[in-house]
Amino acid sequence: MNLGAKPMSFSSSSSPWKSNNGVSDQFPAGLRVLVVDDDPTCLRILEKMLRNCLYEVTKCNRAEIALQFLRDNKNGFDIVISDVHMPDMDGFKLLEHVGLEMDLPVIMMSADDSKNVVMKGVTHGACDYLIKPVRMEALKNIWQHVVRKKKNEWRDKDLDLSGSAGDGAMQQKSSDDVEYSPSTNEGNWKSAKKRKEKEEEDEGEDRDEASTLKKPRVVWSVELHQQFVTAVNQLGIDKAVPKKILELMNVPGLTRENVASHLQKYRLYLRRLSGASPHNNGLGNAFLGDAGFGSISSLSGLDFQALAASGQLPQHGLVSLGRVAAKPAISVDQRNIFSFENPKLRFLEGQQQQINNGKPVNLLHGIPTNMDSKQLATLHQSAQARQNKSTPVVMSQAIPSGVAARSKMDGVHGPAYTSVDFPRTQRAESAANSFSLVSDSGISCLTSKGMAQNEVNSETKRSRNVYLNHDIFHEQNIGRNQEWGVQNVGPAFDSAQLLHLPGALDVSSAVLIPPGFSSNQINKATALVGSTPGIGQQINSSLANNSLVIKADKLPEMGFQNVLFNEQLGQQDLMTLYKPQQAGIEPVENEFGFDEYHLDNLIV
Amino acid sequence: MERNQLRRQAAYMRKALFDQGDLDDQFIQLEDLQDEANPTFVEEVVNLFYSDSARFIENIELIMHNGPSDFEKLDNIMHQFKGSSSSIGAKKVKKECTQFQECCKAGNFEGCKKALKEVKQEHAALRRKLESYLQVFQILYKKLGHIKRVRS
Repeated sequence: MNLGAKPMSFSSSSSPWKSNNGVSDQFPAGLRVLVVDDDPTCLRILEKMLRNCLYEVTKCNRAEIALQFLRDNKNGFDIVISDVHMPDMDGFKLLEHVGLEMDLPVIMMSADDSKNVVMKGVTHGACDYLIKPVRMEALKNIWQHVVRKKKNEWRDKDLDLSGSAGDGAMQQKSSDDVEYSPSTNEGNWKSAKKRKEKEEEDEGEDRDEASTLKKPRVVWSVELHQQFVTAVNQLGIDKAVPKKILELMNVPGLTRENVASHLQKYRLYLRRLSGASPHNNGLGNAFLGDAGFGSISSLSGLDFQALAASGQLPQHGLVSLGRVAAKPAISVDQRNIFSFENPKLRFLEGQQQQINNGKPVNLLHGIPTNMDSKQLATLHQSAQARQNKSTPVVMSQAIPSGVAARSKMDGVHGPAYTSVDFPRTQRAESAANSFSLVSDSGISCLTSKGMAQNEVNSETKRSRNVYLNHDIFHEQNIGRNQEWGVQNVGPAFDSAQLLHLPGALDVSSAVLIPPGFSSNQINKATALVGSTPGIGQQINSSLANNSLVIKADKLPEMGFQNVLFNEQLGQQDLMTLYKPQQAGIEPVENEFGFDEYHLDNLIV
Repeated sequence: MERNQLRRQAAYMRKALFDQGDLDDQFIQLEDLQDEANPTFVEEVVNLFYSDSARFIENIELIMHNGPSDFEKLDNIMHQFKGSSSSIGAKKVKKECTQFQECCKAGNFEGCKKALKEVKQEHAALRRKLESYLQVFQILYKKLGHIKRVRS
């Protein structure tokens, strides 16, 4: 056994590609690899192969020792390669611990190529599985797992950081995400370097976080962890709370905080597992794959307040439109443009928070609609027409401004969303990846499930609690029928009624208008149906013309200024067509597309 | 003159190892890894393999000495042995290991005994062949300077 470097040398050794201002032409030279294999022959060959790849190699012939190494040298390695069959500790066990404790990419290897073993590796969170004998070619590319992992970390971070979603750095990150799409195995050198730069910042943050959390450290040995897992399983992962786990584990000296922190890691670990698909099928974009939250990282929200609502309406209209899985350039733009001001917004936890706050939340409604290409085309035209009249967003038919296109909208069934009514305090939480319109809280919600027939990728399907998954408007989707099925219609409406809402819509806005969304680039028309009987009466007089003007002050760069919503939703198709006006204000992105709306987390 | 003869001999021995199915492509991977930093890498690894793999066979024999008992354990040990063998490209040995494992899975103790005999035989035969080849190769290497392999 050759344990090579001593702990000290780990911490002090910073790889070339981490130094030099974070940019190194040598990347991935210096990638710090820990190889664990009990077989000395394999270990020697692997070591030599990895060295020939110019990686910095540490070899270890025992899993326990390897784990200790990793614990002693947090941030000392970039990736771990481990054999599956080892006498002292099963490779999967090591994998699990590494996943829990240091969250490094782990590659499993074995001469055993049976499907169930490979599957076990994957389900345990291995980023790759190499069949022995391992060949040089396979090792040349392992750096991609490091890059990918970092990318995922960013995504996680993005999820937590929603508040600053609008800043430039985030924007860049998201563009990086795109470059690091899992579908591109090779990556590209330059972007890899960029990534590295960010990693440094990232690591810096990590360290800061770690230091603030320094507490008497509990070493989660295999046995202790096993006890923990047993306790959690006994309670059920959803019901497992630190206190109960602690009681079940009954380990002297262990505190509730220790357990809580470990539980958190464990949950993250499980979440990663659930999202740990080596390939993101369906959409070729980079935003998928994280435990079902898909592209949330690229989500941006629109947060408008209804102008009319102020003071008069008990609740604030909030519309936040999450846009998911759009093409890269757009997501960047959106991020830039739409930002939530509330820094506490957490996409990840939104769901729980919502549940916990116990307040009535009306969820997003989706109204089943059909759109065929012809109709869509009409929509486009009408949109254009409206644009000419500089009426940005038309909501329904009786719009006074005389939008000619209005009538053409009849019979056009775009995907419709009814809104959600969140008490203001819930804004942050509810904003997660959804858009919501203010509506009367008494209105029960329709929960619908988008059933776009194509492009609903596996990641999204996997996502938890996805109530709406609208993958409507892919570019290619134009002209295809989109079918939306209503899952659940609240008592207050049946769908027909919904279309005949007498009340005015108090839309706080919502309009997801992509910058630079010129009419010929409209990939989709999104119809928004707001239904709020009773609210209309409260709308103040400034809205006498029956339209609401959306206050867009939070979207300064945005090309549209206002959005009109017709209050008189007398017709069957109470739809709002989102239309950006003033196309061309932002650079037009050809690939713009609203691909999906993930409306998870909105559970009553 | 002598050099050419040595080269021919080394080439012939090497070719025979591949032609007779003793070695597979993995051995070429090892040869490729041989460089100035590790001029005797192949030999080093082969020696490592032989000094280490003996323990597997001993363990298996020890277990089998007690009659048919723990097939799973036998299978596991043989699995490790196979992994090791495959890493140097010992094709025939690997094949016999697989045979042994199949017998384990079938609970066929007699089959295991027979397969183990084959494993040991191939293991030893390969050792002889490899050692003689590597001996010639090293002489050649000393005369010629750096070479990865001899062309057939």
